[in-house]
Amino acid sequence: MSFTGINWFKYSSPQAFHPLAGRMIPWFSAAALVLIGVGLYIGFFVAPTDFQQGDAYRIIFVHVPAAWMSMFLYVIMAAWAGLGLGLNARPSFMMAQAIAPTGAMFTFLALLTGSMWGKPTWGAWWVWDARLTSELILLFQYIGIILLRASIDDLRRADRASAVFALVGVVNVPIIYFSVRWWNTLHQGASVSMTASPKMAATMVTAMLVMTLGFWMYSIAVTLARMRCVIVERERQPAWGKNASIQEVAEAR
Amino acid sequence: MKPRHKRFILIGLGLIALAVASMLVLNAFQSNLVFFFTPTQVANAEVPKGRGFRIGGMVENGSLTREGDGLTVHFVVTDLAKRVPVTFKGILPDLFKEGKGVVAQGQLGADGTFLASEVLAKHDENYMPPEAADALAKAKTAGAQSSRTLVVNPR
Repeated sequence: MSFTGINWFKYSSPQAFHPLAGRMIPWFSAAALVLIGVGLYIGFFVAPTDFQQGDAYRIIFVHVPAAWMSMFLYVIMAAWAGLGLGLNARPSFMMAQAIAPTGAMFTFLALLTGSMWGKPTWGAWWVWDARLTSELILLFQYIGIILLRASIDDLRRADRASAVFALVGVVNVPIIYFSVRWWNTLHQGASVSMTASPKMAATMVTAMLVMTLGFWMYSIAVTLARMRCVIVERERQPAWGKNASIQEVAEAR
Repeated sequence: MKPRHKRFILIGLGLIALAVASMLVLNAFQSNLVFFFTPTQVANAEVPKGRGFRIGGMVENGSLTREGDGLTVHFVVTDLAKRVPVTFKGILPDLFKEGKGVVAQGQLGADGTFLASEVLAKHDENYMPPEAADALAKAKTAGAQSSRTLVVNPR
């Protein structure tokens, strides 16, 4: 695996990953700040008003990237959980654990901004259509995974139970994404997709993609920071950092 | 085969089984998952009887009329195949317009008029500056559809 001259597996050990994450966090945080700043500027000052919704549509620059991230992060979390189950690897479970709160935050943000967008355009804060309901279920999945992990004291069992939960829940992601195509919904279809040219003005798409990149950088920075906490919390080793007393060793075990 | 390969195969098989199961469940609940019924479904009597439901489609051009009280409105919802006249007393959402999408909740009257208790505007996924929209409107012949999800094709 050393085709780049770097032993990547070195970083799969928490002891090596902890300082690496610490070095990477400032870079990703700075990138997130710059990209979100630029994205919001383009979205609010450069992008034109919409022909039917006026300025109300501008919430799309937060809503759509947040909704994308909520789904991306779930898939990534489930992938780490599956890897953890397959390899019996603690760091994979830790990654899944570190991603969950950020995913839940973006899901909540997508629901909140969607609600704020729905009132002026549709005329309702909330409707029980397939898109909105499946996204709400995703929020409950995130919360359920976090709670399930927290409710089991034995770390190995907590890891495995929440990983199975995360993997089972991954079926909801394609349901959310395709809900507007499979069923008729109040929610409009996708403006930007892999298969068709965007159905929005170019500056609007730019703002949305820059915001998405910014949210990615933010997610990575926050996940790494949380990962460091998780590592320290779970891998308290007596030889870590300072000379530990016998009492501290006993506590860590 | 190493134990970890076995575990990955098990996880993969589990996910496939789960995907198949959820596809079957979603298929079974297909009719319950739709948010609204189309005018064609209303015409074919495929809508629930005796209870409220939602109809969705496009507000037919030139069909919007207001009564003297300023609150009661009449309009026609169409999916370009069938039409359903709708009566609604209340405040319409800002984006409610002729030629645009609408979803109305209510009950079908005996005379075939849909008595709506709530009207929601359904906008499409196209966003553009007003100038571009004007140019597009001039270039486009009337009746052409700009969105695949605004008016659901009759099935």
